[in-house]
Amino acid sequence: MKIDPNTSRVLHVDLDSGKSHALTIEDRHMHIGGSGLAAVLYERYGADDAPADDPRQPLIFAIGPLTGFYPLMSKVVCGFRSPYTGEWSESHAGGRLALSIRFAGYDAIMITGKAAKLSALVVGSRSCEVENVAYLRGKDVFATGKFLRKFGKHNSGHRSAIRIGPAGERGVAYACINVDSFRHFGRMGSGAAMGYKNLKGIIISGDGAYDLPEGKAYADMMQDIYKDITETGKMKKYHDLGTPQNLIPLNELHALPWNNLQKTHDEGVDGISGETFAEQLLLRQAACAGCPVGCIHIGLLRQQFASEHEFLYKQVSYDYEPIYAQGSMLGITNAADVLALLDETEKMGLDCMSAGVALAWAAEATEKGLISKEETIVDLKFGEMKGFLEALKFISSGENAFYQALSRGSMSAAKLYGGEDFACVLGQEMAGYATGEVFFVASAYGFRHSHLDTGGYAFDQNNTEKNAEKAVEFMLEDERGRIYINSMMGCLFARGTYGPDKLQEALRAAGFTNIAENLEEAGKYIQKLRWQLKCKTGFNVDAVTIPKRFTEVVTWKGAIDTVYMDEVAKRYSAAIKEMAQCDKQ
Amino acid sequence: MKRLEAVRMEQCIGCHSCSLACARLVHKKLSWNTAGIRISSAGGLTTGFEARICVACDPAPCAEVCPTEALKQRKGGGVIVKHDKCIKCGKCAEVCPVDAIYYETETDLPYLCIHCGRCVPFCPHNCIELREIPPQDQ
Repeated sequence: MKIDPNTSRVLHVDLDSGKSHALTIEDRHMHIGGSGLAAVLYERYGADDAPADDPRQPLIFAIGPLTGFYPLMSKVVCGFRSPYTGEWSESHAGGRLALSIRFAGYDAIMITGKAAKLSALVVGSRSCEVENVAYLRGKDVFATGKFLRKFGKHNSGHRSAIRIGPAGERGVAYACINVDSFRHFGRMGSGAAMGYKNLKGIIISGDGAYDLPEGKAYADMMQDIYKDITETGKMKKYHDLGTPQNLIPLNELHALPWNNLQKTHDEGVDGISGETFAEQLLLRQAACAGCPVGCIHIGLLRQQFASEHEFLYKQVSYDYEPIYAQGSMLGITNAADVLALLDETEKMGLDCMSAGVALAWAAEATEKGLISKEETIVDLKFGEMKGFLEALKFISSGENAFYQALSRGSMSAAKLYGGEDFACVLGQEMAGYATGEVFFVASAYGFRHSHLDTGGYAFDQNNTEKNAEKAVEFMLEDERGRIYINSMMGCLFARGTYGPDKLQEALRAAGFTNIAENLEEAGKYIQKLRWQLKCKTGFNVDAVTIPKRFTEVVTWKGAIDTVYMDEVAKRYSAAIKEMAQCDKQ
Repeated sequence: MKRLEAVRMEQCIGCHSCSLACARLVHKKLSWNTAGIRISSAGGLTTGFEARICVACDPAPCAEVCPTEALKQRKGGGVIVKHDKCIKCGKCAEVCPVDAIYYETETDLPYLCIHCGRCVPFCPHNCIELREIPPQDQ
């Protein structure tokens, strides 16, 4: 089969009818793929005025033009109306999903409607079925994965199984979609967006084969890029300790959030450092399909389940952000305890970052007497794993009114029970960087309220001067650079390799000349479109707030400068308004 | 004479770089399947990985069953593949004892390892090697 370089091929699955259609989306030189393609699809098929749980809302999984052609082009964007904010949002994941979609012959899979019964979507290059899986109701992520693997068995190794747990089925606002056991569409509640559709899982078999461009240019380019990634040592850190290498340096900087951001440094960091995980618990590294780096770190959790020598073992993936959110943020300084929490989070299908930060708020609210065991059922105390372990189940099940509120986010719970000042929410539960003013603004206002929207945390670390104009200029430019990568659907770890020039060369060699020649214009178009969609679907730039706790943070630079933070926020919101053309709506 | 061997699969991280390189550079395809080495996991990613690869039989059942010598016995084991001689009967894939031949349905052609070793430098963990075939095996 051939890949058309000028259009995107999208499988549109309508769960209302159970029928699907292969769509051709023109103007690929403008939407590119990934983030841009998802935005264009939402613009055409989304219902702006309807809420996130309206069955008409599309749930989109999009790859980029270079997926499958080059190493580290291994990510998928999930585009959806966020159950957390109600707004158009994105989450990104790796695993085997990107190559499965590519080799199934699509640039995106878009799901609209709602299945009458709990269902699984099973897709291949020559197949597309909606299967009744009512028997999986309430099953956890691991059990679901085992059942789903009966679909497409002959493609073992060349397929992807994504699924939701009980949290996604129940509509927890920060439920995630698990991708191939160890990766996730984590943030902003994509799991609930899938649950709204009565869709428990998707199995995609990458069983097709596609022609490559004639001539040597592509093969040469692929080998050059491969060498750059594997032979220059630039990716070594991601494979070795992986992202958890950041725990000690950020703690040293006084920028690692502890105990619900009550402090930014703790001597107990050694117990949960990347080094400790690697030396004591690392079982092995794994890779996303198409990436030779292998940054996925899998820890071995060994648990005694009976009084005698009776043990079970589990494989749990870990990274910097999960360790921060369910380690330091909860005051936990034992690496195995962190893995135990992450394992439970995984089973329930919760976003580990949001769940950890929400529980951190609950622990401080308990300390301050705003809530008691009457609400929390179990003791929630910083440093004590067992209570948090039970609480994760309660968030997922919506055990009582308190946990139902907490499953909508810590700020939702704080509005009912008090403690808004210390709910660590910047658009969503914060990421693990107490680096300063620019990061806080970048997260609170950012397109998907992610630490990956822009490198705000890096700006804080690399700049001592307080220049709001320069900070906002950096955020806008950095966002655009990331949009290129996020529309090709490359891994952000490879942004050093895939600069705009390299991307253009790679696109040309793979036959996507029209995209290569329009890259800058396409980047601006996508940046603007994404902001427009976010604003159209409810984002009010003027209503953004940064809770008091963030103004109390003390980093290596000293106390937070609220005047500087306000100035950065003012300038960034003005820039967003200009891009989104909010006033003209 | 050399043959490709997946000697250290316990070190495999499942990146599929070997398969993708084979498909792209040897078979000129963008694909997981049209490759001489294919990586699979038995029952999800928690169980590790295995490589499906020609084990260089001598005599090779696939060559024996091929009616047009599109697959011909290679000295020391394995086969020499000539797609232009293939009449698309598919028998080679059926008889392969280790399921190493992928029969692609669109082009109706078999894809299998030709022991060229182009995949080897793409493995980041030294799982595969192009090894000299010992005299006793030749």
